[in-house]
Amino acid sequence: MSSVSPSVLNDDAPVSRLSVWGWMRTQLFSSPLNTLLTILSVWLLLATVPALIEWALVKANVSASTAQECRGTGGACWAFIYEKHRLILFGLYPYDEQWRPLVATCILLGVIVLSGFRRFWNLSLVVIWTLALVSVAVLMWGGIFGLKFVENSLWGGLPLTLILSTFGIAFAFPIGVLLALGRRSTMPAIKSICVVYIELIRGVPLISLLFMSAVMLPLFLPEGFTIDKLLRAQIAIIMFAAAYIAETVRGGLQAIPKGQFEGGESIGLNYWQQMRLIVLPQALKIVIPPLVGIFIAMFKDTSLVVVIGIFDLTQAAKAALTDQAWRGFSSELYIFIALIYFVFCYSMSKYSQSLEKRLSTGYQR
Amino acid sequence: MADAIIRMKDVNKWYGKFHVLRDINLDVAKGERIVICGPSGSGKSTLIRCINRLEEHQSGQIVVDGTEITNDVRHVEAIRREVGMVFQHFNLFPHLTVLENLTLGPIWVLKVPKAEAEARAMKYLERVRIPDQAGKFPGQLSGGQQQRVAIARSLCMDPKVMLFDEPTSALDPEMVKEVLDVMVGLATESGMTMLCVTHEMGFARKVADRVIFMDRGEIIEQNTPDAFFDAPQNERTQLFLSQILH
Repeated sequence: MSSVSPSVLNDDAPVSRLSVWGWMRTQLFSSPLNTLLTILSVWLLLATVPALIEWALVKANVSASTAQECRGTGGACWAFIYEKHRLILFGLYPYDEQWRPLVATCILLGVIVLSGFRRFWNLSLVVIWTLALVSVAVLMWGGIFGLKFVENSLWGGLPLTLILSTFGIAFAFPIGVLLALGRRSTMPAIKSICVVYIELIRGVPLISLLFMSAVMLPLFLPEGFTIDKLLRAQIAIIMFAAAYIAETVRGGLQAIPKGQFEGGESIGLNYWQQMRLIVLPQALKIVIPPLVGIFIAMFKDTSLVVVIGIFDLTQAAKAALTDQAWRGFSSELYIFIALIYFVFCYSMSKYSQSLEKRLSTGYQR
Repeated sequence: MADAIIRMKDVNKWYGKFHVLRDINLDVAKGERIVICGPSGSGKSTLIRCINRLEEHQSGQIVVDGTEITNDVRHVEAIRREVGMVFQHFNLFPHLTVLENLTLGPIWVLKVPKAEAEARAMKYLERVRIPDQAGKFPGQLSGGQQQRVAIARSLCMDPKVMLFDEPTSALDPEMVKEVLDVMVGLATESGMTMLCVTHEMGFARKVADRVIFMDRGEIIEQNTPDAFFDAPQNERTQLFLSQILH
């Protein structure tokens, strides 16, 4: 190495410098087809973006107190969202008690964000979650500490969506991992149970599972024995997501070379130790992107509980539209709802990317 | 041999219809160092992989340190605690640091406290001459370094027997020596019982007590290294040696 001069080792790649015109010529107008596509795109942007900005921002009304006043401006009526935001966010929860779902939502979001930090990936997380879930339950139901009891058929809006998806992910994930391990098991009984479960659940739409949980399940239960409707919907969501998670995780498990299992066996680790310490950490890292895809889909799929009359964010929003005094502002409302969903889903997506980066150990297979 | 630590009696194994091990009889004395060689597909890797039950034998008897290998998981786990293994492709755990690779077995299998496991790991990392790499991930090391980490990982379990499955054949040529040096040191300094599948004949001459030649699932010939290399008896052994010793 000593014979090689440093300038050879640290050789910069040549930097290509193009003028603005040069860049446009090569990137936008390099061929007749590209020229056509460029012109078409510019025309589309010019036709839509200014109008959208004018409607949503320039002519928008944020302070009107009546619908009449709002319509006069000709732009978006954000005042409607302001007027109805408590109905949209908290549904039919008693108006005077709505600080409770607000605090519950904040607690839930707080622990979810906290769980994202690797620093808390130990036993303290269990403690934090237990405390958080207990306080969410106390806040939502009430009935103690002088809080008025609110039955869960009155829960609604964003807190309900968050509760359904948080519990959904928290339970579906471990069940899905177990199903994936079971499907790869050498024990025929366990393997076939897992295969049948996964294929059955994946073969039906979530809506039909929700209907079954709402309509059919009570028929099979003994007289006088009822499970709460919300709980039934939650179980249906968990069962549904677990099957998809199982297949994704199985994909990750199959990507782990046999040598990893043998390495674990050779130092005397038993099956569960091998899975927990060696195989799953690597397999799950591989499937972070599709797994987060499932979580995102699950978060949005909770809106399907409307079909059995549960008042989630989407349903609460639709209720806001039925007010006679404020008719005709559905665009504003759906944009608002879409934004809320987007913020959550995009955060999940961004977090998964940073997690992938943090977990990479520079190993090339 | 009364003090045999490994005893294989009439061991047979099939992969489907392929008869990979035929009537293997092999006794290994405590502290004995055996080199197993033979053409590819002769069953030599399968033979040593049967000793810690990475492969299952279909008939015959394998007894390791007084425990027979059966379907009983407890027996298998007990034997794996006594028998270390080094693989051709290292099989280090890429998501753990070198130190974590080494302490995993002691902490979870031998229930050694973490601090003690780490001290033990550092001791063996020094022995394989890479203590300064403890905090790195396996993917950041060279092949020779990775294989030395793998040897240290096995040693951390304080095994009575070490199995080596072609430990140098996946390495770049310039890294073979550093791994062999560690293995020679292990053989001469610690008196470890070693079974080594390898084509490194220099290593065999230097440390082996016995060289075994296998072909088509059978043990064809076994002898001391000098007699084995200088005066091979069997025709197939002669052919094999003429092909690998140019």
